[in-house]
Amino acid sequence: MTTEDVPLLAGEHLTRVFGRGRDAVRAVDDVSLALRPGEITTVVGESGSGKSTLARLLLRLLTPTAGRLLLDGRDVTRTSDTTAYWRDVQAVFQDPFSAFNQFFTVRRLMARARRLLGPDLTDARVAEALEQVGLRPGDVLGRYPHQLSGGQRQRVMIARALLVRPRVLIADEATSMLDASLRATILNVLTDLRAETGLAILFITHDIGQACYVSDRVLVMRSGRVVESGPTDEVIFAPTHEYTRRLLADVPRLHG
Amino acid sequence: MSTEGPATDLAPADAAAGQLLTARGLRAAYGPTVAVDDVALTVGTGEVLGIAGESGCGKSTLAAVLSLTARPPLTVLGGDLTVDGQHLDLAGRPPRTWRGGVVSLLPQGAMNALSATARVGDMAVDVVRAHRGRVPRSVALDLLADRLDALDLPRRVIGAYPHQLSGGMRQRVVTVLSTLLDPRLLIADEPTSALDVSTQRALVELLRELVGRGLVGGIVFVTHDLPVLRAVADRIAVMYAGRIVETGPTAALVDDPRHPYTAALLSSVLVPEPQVRRRRIGGIRGAPPDLADPPAGCRFRPRCSLATDACTDDPPAVGDPDRYATCWWTRDHPDERLEPSL
Repeated sequence: MTTEDVPLLAGEHLTRVFGRGRDAVRAVDDVSLALRPGEITTVVGESGSGKSTLARLLLRLLTPTAGRLLLDGRDVTRTSDTTAYWRDVQAVFQDPFSAFNQFFTVRRLMARARRLLGPDLTDARVAEALEQVGLRPGDVLGRYPHQLSGGQRQRVMIARALLVRPRVLIADEATSMLDASLRATILNVLTDLRAETGLAILFITHDIGQACYVSDRVLVMRSGRVVESGPTDEVIFAPTHEYTRRLLADVPRLHG
Repeated sequence: MSTEGPATDLAPADAAAGQLLTARGLRAAYGPTVAVDDVALTVGTGEVLGIAGESGCGKSTLAAVLSLTARPPLTVLGGDLTVDGQHLDLAGRPPRTWRGGVVSLLPQGAMNALSATARVGDMAVDVVRAHRGRVPRSVALDLLADRLDALDLPRRVIGAYPHQLSGGMRQRVVTVLSTLLDPRLLIADEPTSALDVSTQRALVELLRELVGRGLVGGIVFVTHDLPVLRAVADRIAVMYAGRIVETGPTAALVDDPRHPYTAALLSSVLVPEPQVRRRRIGGIRGAPPDLADPPAGCRFRPRCSLATDACTDDPPAVGDPDRYATCWWTRDHPDERLEPSL
């Protein structure tokens, strides 16, 4: 991908192989992508297509077998300072129920960001992060996870990620476990953040309906490879790859 | 059994001819929390009834009650079932002959429903012997093989362990095992929720096939996923806070909802269609009520944009037993479409 502007975060020919010899599985196979400020890029694919492995590579939770990771054009594939990296790149995961320590209040959970922020972590900053996702700090700070609804928990997880003011947010199936009615509100939080803060968002989902609602660009993954990518309207309403067409044909529709 | 609930008033007094299932006055609770509150429903022979609703609305509890799999802390407070002319009062202990034979449950997580250390064939032998006594192993395996052939599934699964099968195939195997004894009524509790769209579609086709061939008499399909219900169900009942608030034929309910909750649920569905990209989808404000202390009158009232003072009284069921909504607004505006008013 050669463009004039340097993308915020880019993966070039990222590959990750698990196992070796005959048992080797190419979970992510030669994937290149670029995340730009103020853009939501969505990766769609069925279970086992390598979406989550890709997320883990981009989060530097896994090292790629081959390929490079570039932040602001700098090669960060093997730099040792992940703490600095995580100030720029944050994540929200699928399960808002197990991602919490049950014995921590929201206030204490948010205070864990001190490891990344040091003295910059102020009460005002915590309040601002919670307000960004539509929560009233007074309502939630003193609460334990079991006292929050699923939608509130996932919003707290997003607020926690926003606390360090990252430039990239990776949301791996962040809305899959929520009801349709809550899902829309969480997706709206993401689209508002994109508009207000210019955050670059990578949204990973198996649900093409959600991809259609939030994304600017869509990548379709199958067996570790990107089979089709482009602007949302093109990929979803005028797919060119056979697999994308089949995937879309399998999506149940509401009318007709 | 309570009779003042609106749904019960409309339920046919006697099991009408052609009905596979008639359930009346179903009530079930977790301690003081009544999760299913006076629910009545019917399923016709050869019909798939969809039950839709958000988490915590009581739909899985309803599935447990209907499939006779309720166990503590869930207690069934009352109600009765008529399946294929056989009557069962739920206040007593359900007879063992009903489970698996008359009603059968297809549970949510296919990965957890299968024993990790048994081959699929062994599980089939267990299922058959549990209900039909000392049946030779070969007879049970033949039954499974015939069923796999009939449904165009590969026979190789008979000798396979669950970990050797894909998630979608496991869910289909669980479906075959739970319908091996030709239950009259299959209760499917969120069977497609953990699957991606392609395996979801295959399972929906399998279920329609089972009903179409008469291998099961009818299906109650519980899910929060309305597009899946559009594909699989003949009729839909929408559940909110332990009660059924609307029911009707699938197309009629989806195209012209008569309860504000149904309309709100439908408008928060994200499908890959051009109009989804052009408008902002709001979701439903607020949260479902605490079932230990539900609001008086209409339980959707605190979240409803059409609520008036009248809604503090129990809403009437507007319509007939096959197509009704329990709503004051709908009673006062019989010919108006709901969506533009929300």
